[in-house]
Amino acid sequence: MHNYLEFEKPVADLEGQIIELKKIETGEDAVDVHDEVERLEKRSRDALEDLYKKLTPWQKTQVARHPDRPHCVDYVARLITDFVPLAGDRYYAEDHAVIAGFGRFDGQSVAVIGQEKGSDTQTRLKHNFGMARPEGYRKAVRIMELAERFQIPVLTLVDTAGAYPGIGAEERGQAEAIARSIAACLDLEVPIVSLVIGEGGSGGAMAIAAANRVLMMEHAIYNVIAPEAGASILYRDAARARDVAQAMKMTAQDLMGFGIIDAIVEEPLGGAHRGSEAAIDAAGRHIRAAFAELGGLEGSALKRQRREKFLAIGRNL
Amino acid sequence: MNWITNYVRPKISSLLAARQVPENLWIKCPETGEMVFHKDLEANQWVVPTSGFHMRIRAKDRLGHFFDDGAYELVDLPTAAVDPLKFRDQKRYVDRLKENRAKAEMDDSVLVAKGAIEALPIVATVQDFAFMGGSLGMAAGEAIIKGFETAIAEKRPLVLFSASGGARMQEGILSLMQLPRTTAMVEMLKEAGLPYIVVLTNPTAGGVSASYAMLGDVHIAEPGAVIGFAGARVIEQTIREKLPDGFQRAEYLMEHGMVDMVVPRHQLKGRIATLLKLLMKAPAQDDGGLADGAAGPSVSAPSETDGEKDKPEDAERPPVV
Repeated sequence: MHNYLEFEKPVADLEGQIIELKKIETGEDAVDVHDEVERLEKRSRDALEDLYKKLTPWQKTQVARHPDRPHCVDYVARLITDFVPLAGDRYYAEDHAVIAGFGRFDGQSVAVIGQEKGSDTQTRLKHNFGMARPEGYRKAVRIMELAERFQIPVLTLVDTAGAYPGIGAEERGQAEAIARSIAACLDLEVPIVSLVIGEGGSGGAMAIAAANRVLMMEHAIYNVIAPEAGASILYRDAARARDVAQAMKMTAQDLMGFGIIDAIVEEPLGGAHRGSEAAIDAAGRHIRAAFAELGGLEGSALKRQRREKFLAIGRNL
Repeated sequence: MNWITNYVRPKISSLLAARQVPENLWIKCPETGEMVFHKDLEANQWVVPTSGFHMRIRAKDRLGHFFDDGAYELVDLPTAAVDPLKFRDQKRYVDRLKENRAKAEMDDSVLVAKGAIEALPIVATVQDFAFMGGSLGMAAGEAIIKGFETAIAEKRPLVLFSASGGARMQEGILSLMQLPRTTAMVEMLKEAGLPYIVVLTNPTAGGVSASYAMLGDVHIAEPGAVIGFAGARVIEQTIREKLPDGFQRAEYLMEHGMVDMVVPRHQLKGRIATLLKLLMKAPAQDDGGLADGAAGPSVSAPSETDGEKDKPEDAERPPVV
């Protein structure tokens, strides 16, 4: 049974009917509903295709935050073998919003840094809904530096509404921690590839996304601010998030048009939550291609390419 | 209020107002509520003489007070794409830009200048809060990059005065991209072996603090400046607790290890010059930096005034190129 989003109601109705029909089929007074089921399944597929072909930015926001959407831990589980998570920033604490460690991608060593939102109440609390504190970013820097020392490429998985706004986070230098993490990405002399898997929110996302190649899932969003927070700044009304999402141009397709991302990873029909293995495998193919493109470059060339790439953003709009 | 306000057409009345208002404007000190004559404030670098409260200062005034003899050369700034999002909220962004350009008399929120402090050649980048809250968009990002490029090209230290609420919402993701773009330049300045001093002024927040403003070799804050990542309102709404006294103020940040010193505006130049000369291994000056900009050759156009103290003239500075 799916968790349907509000705009998926037509599909939910059709799929509900299919389930009901199938019950009749197997019940005591079995009727042959095969043709009818097939017809409904086609209709529901078509409806889904129609919906997902022209998702509005606000609908994409909901898809990007879908509770069943694969998260960082799912990507790591499917793409990375021998994963060894490492903990702590060595200054203050371990931040579970950021998962970091080393593993193998296609058999080769890779450093993985990702934001994890959690998928039920318990894990959401544990991972602080994917909102990192300074320690999370300092851990990221620590892993990047380790990766560079051992000449290991870095993969980052971005999925956060933003960095955590709290008293302690501010006192321990949230801004500085994010800035240092961006700088660490830009200084790396090993390849770094970033994939925005769900929500790329603000500086909290940017901190680990200054990469040689930036990829985005088809229905992911990436923005200077979460739409709700944007609405409360621009309209003093968080309820206008839908308008802000529309105006802010934050879909993968928009960002591709601006030259901010390098590739879009196609999602299965109806979004990654309807076929998380297919979605993650597609991501794997793009990550593989990105690392292959960067494989021949020397450390200094990688650093130069990355800086020039970002400096060029916006210059030919 | 008199008959003329009703009968003169709006355009003319706004012209008249622009001339008249500064002549008789009294400004309230936000701390004590005391009324201060605006000329006194201006002469005192917009620090309230009695309470010491640091009000916001325009970028041009800042530059004029900071450089030796008030002499500096403005660096030409590159243009940037205008409104690539075709953004509108309650207003069209292009209209908002137009209004701010007229009101703030700037193309965008950042100025870059070359000049000398205590005879030491430097580059200064100044953000002006009066232009859309000093927000960081593409044009401001290009200007900040230009500041770093100028410092690197001329092998001068960079002093950056931050004043910004953060990223410019109206430019969406393109404003977020100014974080890595400016940060790349910080790293390049450091690789060039040049010092980078950030003066954090009120306010420095959001994407600005999460990039170049928190990556200085030395962080100096003006007294009372609000400095942080998330806004106080957002934090309060998130944690539903009252924030501690002095939260996100310059002094609070110093206590928490995020800034090196809190320095009043009048002493900034002397402190920065002393520090930069140490870092650049330049000899100390004979007068020990006591005279505020009185010594040292000026770099470009000589100033019309000699003393730095009590300048009677208004914000009009010697023409700069």
